Amino acid sequence: MKKLSARRRHPLAAVVVLLLALAATGGLYAAFAPAGKAQADESSQSLTIKEGKKLYEVGCASCHGTGGQGSSDGPSLVGVGAAAVDFQVGTGRMPAATSQGAQVPRKKPVYTQAQIDQLAAYVASLGAGPSVPTEQQYGPAGADVAKGGELFRTNCAQCHNFTGKGGALTKGKYAPSLEGVAPKHIYEAMQTGPQNMPSFPDTTMSEKNKKDIIAYLNAVNGDETDNPGGMELGGLGPVSEGLFAWIFGLGALIAVAVWVAARTAKAKKS
Amino acid sequence: MSTTPNEEPRSSRGKAPAGERIADWADGRLGIYSLAKANMRKIFPDHWSFMLGEVCMYSFIIIILTGVYLTLFFHPSMNEVEYHGSYVPLQGQLMSEAFSSTLHISFDVRGGLLIRQIHHWAALIFLAGMFVHMMRVFFTGAFRKPREINWLFGFLLFVLGMFTGFTGYSLPDDLLSGTGVRFTEGAILSMPIVGTYISMFLFGGEFPGHDFVARFYSIHILLLPGIMLGLMVAHLILVFYHKHTQFAGPGKSEKNVVGMPLLPVYMAKAGGFFFLVFGVIAAIAAVAQINPIWAMGPYRPDQVSTGAQPDWYMGFAEGLVRYMPGWEINFWGHTLVLGVFIPLVLFGLVLAAIAVYPFIESWVTGDKREHHILDRPRNAPTRTAFGVAWVTVYMVGLVGGGNDLFATHFHLSINAVTWFVRISFFAGPVIAFIVTKRICLGLQRRDRDKVLHGRETGIIKRLPHGEFIEVHEPLSQEQLHTLTAHEQYKPAEIGPTVDENGVERKVKASEKLRVKLSTAYYGEDNQIPKPTVEEYKEITSGHGHH
Amino acid sequence: MSSQDIPEENLPAEQDHAHGAVGVADEENPFADPGLPPHEHRIQDIDERAAKRSERMVALLFTVSMLATIGFIVAYLAIPNDKSIFVFPIGHISAMNFALGLTLGVALFCIGAGAVHWARTLMSDVEVADDRHPIEAPADVRAKVHADFRQGAKESALGRRKLIRTTMFGALALVPLSGVMLLGGLGPAPGTKLRHTMWAKGKRLVNMNTNQPLRPEDVAVGSLTFAKPDGLEEHDEDFQNEIAKAALMIVRIQPGNIKDKRELAWSHEGIVAYSKICTHVGCPISLYEQQTHHVLCPCHQSTFDLSDGARVIFGPAGHALPQLRIGVDSEGYLQALGDFEEPVGPAFWERG
Repeated sequence: MKKLSARRRHPLAAVVVLLLALAATGGLYAAFAPAGKAQADESSQSLTIKEGKKLYEVGCASCHGTGGQGSSDGPSLVGVGAAAVDFQVGTGRMPAATSQGAQVPRKKPVYTQAQIDQLAAYVASLGAGPSVPTEQQYGPAGADVAKGGELFRTNCAQCHNFTGKGGALTKGKYAPSLEGVAPKHIYEAMQTGPQNMPSFPDTTMSEKNKKDIIAYLNAVNGDETDNPGGMELGGLGPVSEGLFAWIFGLGALIAVAVWVAARTAKAKKS
Repeated sequence: MSTTPNEEPRSSRGKAPAGERIADWADGRLGIYSLAKANMRKIFPDHWSFMLGEVCMYSFIIIILTGVYLTLFFHPSMNEVEYHGSYVPLQGQLMSEAFSSTLHISFDVRGGLLIRQIHHWAALIFLAGMFVHMMRVFFTGAFRKPREINWLFGFLLFVLGMFTGFTGYSLPDDLLSGTGVRFTEGAILSMPIVGTYISMFLFGGEFPGHDFVARFYSIHILLLPGIMLGLMVAHLILVFYHKHTQFAGPGKSEKNVVGMPLLPVYMAKAGGFFFLVFGVIAAIAAVAQINPIWAMGPYRPDQVSTGAQPDWYMGFAEGLVRYMPGWEINFWGHTLVLGVFIPLVLFGLVLAAIAVYPFIESWVTGDKREHHILDRPRNAPTRTAFGVAWVTVYMVGLVGGGNDLFATHFHLSINAVTWFVRISFFAGPVIAFIVTKRICLGLQRRDRDKVLHGRETGIIKRLPHGEFIEVHEPLSQEQLHTLTAHEQYKPAEIGPTVDENGVERKVKASEKLRVKLSTAYYGEDNQIPKPTVEEYKEITSGHGHH
Repeated sequence: MSSQDIPEENLPAEQDHAHGAVGVADEENPFADPGLPPHEHRIQDIDERAAKRSERMVALLFTVSMLATIGFIVAYLAIPNDKSIFVFPIGHISAMNFALGLTLGVALFCIGAGAVHWARTLMSDVEVADDRHPIEAPADVRAKVHADFRQGAKESALGRRKLIRTTMFGALALVPLSGVMLLGGLGPAPGTKLRHTMWAKGKRLVNMNTNQPLRPEDVAVGSLTFAKPDGLEEHDEDFQNEIAKAALMIVRIQPGNIKDKRELAWSHEGIVAYSKICTHVGCPISLYEQQTHHVLCPCHQSTFDLSDGARVIFGPAGHALPQLRIGVDSEGYLQALGDFEEPVGPAFWERG
């Protein structure tokens, strides 16, 4: 409790409390959560934040500052929200190596999901920001795949390609492939706009819009996606098709032509 | 006249076989026997590279066959419809009838997807085949007299093939091809004075309008293929008429053609090759997906995807546009859009450069004789170097056209790739020219050494006084002949500056240029003199090992 | 003309070909053409069993082709059109396309392979030489054709009767103009169509995603939103033509980061509205990097700096993206304060 009261003196503590209170109130309206449970949630939440802070101090503070205020090596994390942390750490982009190329790549996550949740809770406690979406928000139930396709082509395809295979940006930066990215992380990316990606907040791209986009992406770039015509050739369009036509199409035909025109083996070798 | 009473009976019934009677009947009306007399046992030389043209012809036939099938289902209309077919991720979307009928072909017509894919793969292979065929003809000098016109026919087929391909690629009205059409509109707009008018006329008003699919359709299925079919027939007639070229070798001369007869060997080989080509393309269409328009979605001018490229044969033009700096000049209320217009002009110029080359070479050499023996590329170093330089420009364009994919797949900066391509556009052909010429001259020297000193056997022998030498085996007469059969021109010189009456003659600038070019082609250091009989005898009689 | 002044001796001498001297070495010229080498027999030519093997091989290939065609027919009739199968390593593909393509491919390929194998192993492979004849006609034919032509031309009197010639050429030259005129129906004159878009004073900016008018507070810093003019609906007859010019890209930049004065003046609290249509050749440019404020065109990589008047910083575009002046109406919605001040999209001759 001593630690918690110390936290409460933090300038943003009021905001956190307000948020938690709002969430609790919302929960009351939504269901019939007894006050006692909310109390219990709060204390377990504070424990999570505490654990998160420990992890933060070891793994993040050197770049993002001890209080998340940021430094020359990393941006401020105040107000980025739990969603940003869940995305950045959950896709392995954070923690990043100190010297980066044009952009931080996706890699195997360093932390477990439980640790990520703790980190997210701690960073969320620094300032209000988007929270981690729920299955209900990004899950397939009730999604309109076709509408998602239209939205994807309007908002996403210009960088990520028709079916999310990725593409080039300026000066060595790139829009990564969306293959195998968890729906939750896609949702969070849209919400928070990691690195150079612009954000698509709920005010301009509704929750339903995001759900539709994720459902579309799952339909055209999922494990079970059908490519009726055969090999997808990377899904990159005419460049890979042209290479294939030259190497395997014309290549095979030239091999056949060599056979057709070659001399038949003679009875005796001279 | 169709039956001759005194004809010897072939069968026991006293009648000629049915086939023969039909042929006689046809001959009486069409004169086919005179045609067959010249052509039935026509000789064709065997070489795999002589079959590249057949790859093109057969893929063209495949394209026509599959294309006709596709017209049975395709609706060339830009009327807006709501999609309710079997592809779920597009259901309820607004799209043109062209797009929805292409979806219908792909998902609801049995075998429709296969035919679409064969059509598209065959088109890519057709163009690739024409490119390689053209390069074969170029590098072996097969374009020389009497085949210059056929070279031009072939060139036209290549260019028309590009535009036929492009119009076909645009027909489904999908997001990828629509972006390509938008680019075409932008390129047309860049033309000084007439640009806006041509654009309005082509699209029936503002882009995209409601007309271009129907218009491209008639261009794609009627106008261009009609011209191409005519050109292809003319191309073939000329191949028959000129008789095929051949490589130098024993028994082969400018005056003959050595090979096997059309009936039966070439009938079987060439006829069989059609089925082989069709079979390979059908198998490719079975395993490799091409142009999945359902993944791209219907065209909307405010949507786009990264990696927006045309089919490969337009990639070179795409590259020119991508690496051109954005120059624009405004004057007197007008805009000269050089950033787009220069690539447009360059596109034509680069293609024209290869098309007119045969005429330039024949002007430089002044050679008016017929040529039926092919050059080995090394024996025409300047031509070969020019060809490689041209291919380099073309390839640099292709790389430029795919700069974004090169950037992502090789982890490079797109700006660096673009700059590399910009520099390569100028430096690439020059380096390619110099390097190729060096290589050709080196190979010529090696041929010369081979003729004079024989083949290196790899056997090392120790002489009595301890020296080690490699045994060189003299070449057979066949090999000697093949390696020395090529012709070597002497460089032209400026004629006497005074005529027979002692009056000074003015040397025209064109003559000076020609002499310069001729020296660059055939002067010292630009070709290795082939060994003479005297040199050969001197060395062989002395039994000296180098 | 110019080739006349090349002396004959500069052309290389005709190669010395020993015609008919098959295999005879020439003492005088070791490089002389020894003639066609003698024909060598293939295994099939001398061994009847080998020939039989070849025959059986050809027959087998043709039989496989027949079976494949039957397979094609069965596949066509039996496989449901929407059946998907997993084929390693290709992936999830249409069973119909795969089955039809492979059976057709095998059926065709085997016919070809059979025919070629037959030609290569069983048909005569004796090389024959065919004589070539000069393409150009002999001198007498040439003279005859020239004379005939001259006579015909003389009889037509085209050269003498100048009036006929002139009027005929005139008529022939003019008649294609009818065809050219008919092409006029292809489209309207450009007029000022390319200069105007649907935007006008008071038109609200409608969010493409939600189809709702945008409020300034909806647009966050670092976000990217696309907008269309109020009143333009997807079902409209001219939707495609209008959106091709009116599509907007809306971003919000901290006002302090906006370098261009006019851009700041035309923005609303840092919210700037730029044409989504690239000024190069008209691709919908929208690869917005929110940290650098650069926007890249996916088609030809023109790069614009949205924090500096959208000027071109890389690539083939010739001028900046047009900016739309925006404000807020009485109900708090973002609205246009007029049309674009310059034509959107690719440059053209009359643009100025």
